[in-house]
Amino acid sequence: MQELTADAAIELRGIDKSFGSVHAVRGVSVRIERGSITGIVGENGAGKSTLMSILYGLYRADAGEILVDGRPVEMASPRDAIGHGIGMVHQHFMLVDSFTVLENLVLGAEGGALLARGLAAARTELARLARDYGLTVDPDARVADLSVGEQQRVEILKVLLRGARILILDEPSAVLTPQETDRLLQILRVLRDRGVTVVLITHKLREILAVTEKVIVMRRGEVVAERRTADTNAEDLAELMVGRKVRFDLDKAPARKGETLLAARHLSLVDGRGVRLLDDISLEVKAGEIVGIAGVSGNGQTELLQVLSGIRPPSGGEFEACGRKVDATHPVDPAEMRDLGVAHVPEDRLRQGLVPAFLASETSILGYQDREPFCHNYILDGPAVGKYCADLMERFDVRPRTPGLLSSSFSGGNQQKLILAREMARDPKVLLVGQPTRGVDIGAIEFIRRELVRSRDAGCAVLVVSVELEEILSLADRILVMFAGRIVGEVAAGQADERTLGLMMAGARAA
Amino acid sequence: MKRWVRPLIALLAAVSLGAVAHAQIVIKPAVVFSTGGKFDKSFNEGVWQGAERFKKETGIAVAEFEPSNETQFEQVLRRFAQRGQDPIIAVGFAQAVALEKVAKEFPNVHFTLIDSVVNLPNVQSVVFREQEGSFLVGMLAAMASKTGKIGFVGGMDIPLVRRFQCGFEQGIKYANPNAELITNMTGTTPAAWNDPGRGAELAKGQFDRGVDVVYAAAGSTGLGILQATRDRGKLGIGVDSNQNHLHPGNMLTSMLKRVDLAAYNSFKAAQDNQWKGGTQVLGLKEGGVDWALDKDNEKLITPQMKAAVDAAKAAIISGQIVVHDYMSNNSCKS
Amino acid sequence: MSALRRPLPGWVEIGLLPLANIALAFLVVSVIVAIIGVDPLHALRLLVLGALGSSESIGYTLYYATNFIFTGLAVAVAFHAGLFNIGGEGQAYIGGLGCGLAVLALDRYLPGLLMIPLAILASAAFGAAWAAIPAWMQAWRGSHIVITTIMFNFVASALMVYLMVNVLIAPGSMTPQSRGFGASAQVPSMQAALQWIGIAVAPSALNLSLLLALLSCVGVWIFLWHTPWGYGLRTMGHNPEAALYAGTNLKRTTMLAMCLSGALAGGVAVNELLGVHHRLVLDFAAGYGFTGIAVALMGRGHPLGIVLAALLFGALQQGGAELAFESPRITREMVVVIQGLVILFSGALVHLPRPWLQALFARRG
Repeated sequence: MQELTADAAIELRGIDKSFGSVHAVRGVSVRIERGSITGIVGENGAGKSTLMSILYGLYRADAGEILVDGRPVEMASPRDAIGHGIGMVHQHFMLVDSFTVLENLVLGAEGGALLARGLAAARTELARLARDYGLTVDPDARVADLSVGEQQRVEILKVLLRGARILILDEPSAVLTPQETDRLLQILRVLRDRGVTVVLITHKLREILAVTEKVIVMRRGEVVAERRTADTNAEDLAELMVGRKVRFDLDKAPARKGETLLAARHLSLVDGRGVRLLDDISLEVKAGEIVGIAGVSGNGQTELLQVLSGIRPPSGGEFEACGRKVDATHPVDPAEMRDLGVAHVPEDRLRQGLVPAFLASETSILGYQDREPFCHNYILDGPAVGKYCADLMERFDVRPRTPGLLSSSFSGGNQQKLILAREMARDPKVLLVGQPTRGVDIGAIEFIRRELVRSRDAGCAVLVVSVELEEILSLADRILVMFAGRIVGEVAAGQADERTLGLMMAGARAA
Repeated sequence: MKRWVRPLIALLAAVSLGAVAHAQIVIKPAVVFSTGGKFDKSFNEGVWQGAERFKKETGIAVAEFEPSNETQFEQVLRRFAQRGQDPIIAVGFAQAVALEKVAKEFPNVHFTLIDSVVNLPNVQSVVFREQEGSFLVGMLAAMASKTGKIGFVGGMDIPLVRRFQCGFEQGIKYANPNAELITNMTGTTPAAWNDPGRGAELAKGQFDRGVDVVYAAAGSTGLGILQATRDRGKLGIGVDSNQNHLHPGNMLTSMLKRVDLAAYNSFKAAQDNQWKGGTQVLGLKEGGVDWALDKDNEKLITPQMKAAVDAAKAAIISGQIVVHDYMSNNSCKS
Repeated sequence: MSALRRPLPGWVEIGLLPLANIALAFLVVSVIVAIIGVDPLHALRLLVLGALGSSESIGYTLYYATNFIFTGLAVAVAFHAGLFNIGGEGQAYIGGLGCGLAVLALDRYLPGLLMIPLAILASAAFGAAWAAIPAWMQAWRGSHIVITTIMFNFVASALMVYLMVNVLIAPGSMTPQSRGFGASAQVPSMQAALQWIGIAVAPSALNLSLLLALLSCVGVWIFLWHTPWGYGLRTMGHNPEAALYAGTNLKRTTMLAMCLSGALAGGVAVNELLGVHHRLVLDFAAGYGFTGIAVALMGRGHPLGIVLAALLFGALQQGGAELAFESPRITREMVVVIQGLVILFSGALVHLPRPWLQALFARRG
């Protein structure tokens, strides 16, 4: 073993870490080869982020040792990690929006009292990096004006400027469009070719297969497999991650449609500045069918869900849900919509669907807090809420099954399952779902999609908005495409293919 | 201040020489200031000066306390009484309620209350007829003014300050029925006693409206008022202690309120075993209020002005002129 | 993920950390006290004995704590709704106006059992009304509540001075204060109350308002964590979009939170006017509203924490006064410096000793 460490950029030996009663990382040993791209995959909560945080000095391991270039080192803080040439690009960017790219790059490394000198040095360095790695960003652009993909490049540049030779990326594609993701993968290849060691943490198998040489699979805090990328495939990796066979295709019976439960006619929404966010939207959702709304993010899907769930009143047109007519002069509030049997799984679970600082049990009654059985005589029944939450967790396989844990302590997939459970538990007549599986791991994706289909088969009218075309194709019985606040096309599920839908989503063609 | 106090001290010395005959007793005096604190350039500071003088002359330590809220009045008065401090001076009208309560609990302890009245045998209440002194400086202001417009800047808008203003107004009208008085109050909270910046702004505003003599009855705020007066070359009138020396040539006079004497006399009387309860109303007649004339303002006071004011002073002392007290009916109309 | 804040054992977090903070504060205080020539240990002894050394000093400590509980709760309730109510001072003051008006109008006709509850309700109602105006302006007009509540403190002060000087002043009074309240409108002092059950304590300003303050704590706890309105209020405070999604009416919740906050601030009037002064006086709020912000922050917005923080602030207030009383070199201003340091270390610098404790426990654990 000893002779092998010579070409390992990093070696972790017997790393162990617990948070209270949660054993997050269990005796993990891995080797990251120099000048390679190594993928670490695993479901949310598998311990991959914790492992990398230990490597980066954010957490201290309870046991085990870290070797960089074959020498044992102490990682007490990120400062140590940076000193050993390790840099980390976080999922959430740490940039000052109102600063220019250059100003962000020198932040924390201003190089003396006079900013101008540090800025000039950074500018030269930046030009070199752009030349060497093909990482082009306008140094004088304000970060706020950059696209998400460009901001991520700034983050990578920031790390490289600090002299990093080993780059850790934590779920880098979670916020990127498919095109931006491709661009990122291209950059990673160039970095590898120039000798940088890259560690890519993700749960998206497509990226792993596209760019890595080696994959490390983690499950429940342990490394369960290491594979040469060339020797594996998506099904194999998914099975290793989840611990059982995963089925990507959803086999569902044809829809048995009933009466129309949700109908919109010529809906429009105009914001305070006169921008038309929704324009003449008409649609119908019948009991027992799933209608999917496809489209590139930001084309009015968010607003459509807000209007249909009662959060925002429409500016024009009307819609009818479970017999209640709603228009600009007869608005409705979300509480009344719930009373009517319209449930809503919001697309941004952290900002809308739950309160991160609340307990899971509190999150499990959000929107239903003043109803039986949670509330009698204006007093919340704590034990009843706890028991209800425990039931939901059992039914929807939310882990860990601890109603007393903070909502923010759950992984994205488990948060989403809890929200879905809350909204589906009361057998709604209409179910509005935004981005059902965004940031959710594979095992949970499969589960969530099955639940949506089960709900449909129970006679619920389901409207799903998703930017993942594959999701729409596998779930929906009927597909509507939104572009620039309008519905530009409708396709029956059987006749849809990615190419035509993609063209419609780009506004190139109406069906 | 010392310049003009000297004759008074001489007078007092004469009085106390006479008192030497009395057997002196050992006392443990104490002062409870008002929430304004002892260095307020106003009457707390006057009391402090009186106490300091007593300390210096007799070598007797004076315990003191500056409360930070009104609830502490009662607490501290009681603590002083329990510790055997006697006599105890309570400064300011706000202490009246607390003092009444504590004085009943300790009938053998002597209390002196300044600026308000409590009717108990062991309480000496000292109040001043500020309206009388203000009347005199009002006359001077009216006679010195060329524009016929006179300003008054008060501190916190409370009846006591209105008493100053009302006396001042009567003096002005007495000297010149056509003169006009422009009044501003600095504020409605105790902060108004200590806001020189705002005082200066108010004074400047008055000057812009034609005022050429301003009476600053506003504690530390007055320092800003008088500074603005000097900057604009107008005339100012100080208050409580003699402030003529602040800006010689721009200070018409000062309205004197001798709280220092009240404090000193209370301690002195106790030491001489001559302390008496009851209410002392100190006006012109008793030397409790007066106007200041010294080398800093003698050029501004013409012989005619001095004669007129002296005549009015005599008339007030003799009762021929009665200056209306705002606080008698909470109105400046009698 | 707060990566840089590694978790500490619970008892360290709740118990040792605050103690370390207070110890640090007293260390700095000792240096300053020594510089002005007072033996720090002696000063500390005076401070502690002054706050807790006799039944009288305990009484005053608890009396101050009563005010701090009310204003701390007031700030905390608004804070849970994401609203920073700086106006506790003015709300307490106007609460006093309500209290005074009710008593002055009715104390001759009503017995204590009716008069006192009515006066308490009037305090709460006026305090709530004074908070309702900034709340309305924020909810419907978009004015920022921090700005408006600050301004309303000044308006309250000006209004009270005007009313006290011109309208409510007792006839013939030298000072701007109302006539004394009738016996039916006086909350019994703790001394009197304990005497009924045969316990003798020294007189102090402490009165039965303390019980009202503690009841309010329980009430706030139930409201915030055990009613659907409290749930909606907290949702709004943590995550307004989630509240909107849940169907909580943000405008109404803003009004509810602020009115409740103002009503709690009105409790200061109960303690001060019905309990101590027995008349309407100027400036009885004396900064309690502002200190309430520190109390709420230190108590982490939880009623139990607020009670503890209020006790600490009450002890500092009372012990500080005794310190100034007993030690001539320590002036009123020095006492404020000492209080400020304790607040600084246990409030703003609360995380200062954390790395040391972490190092200590990382090595052990």
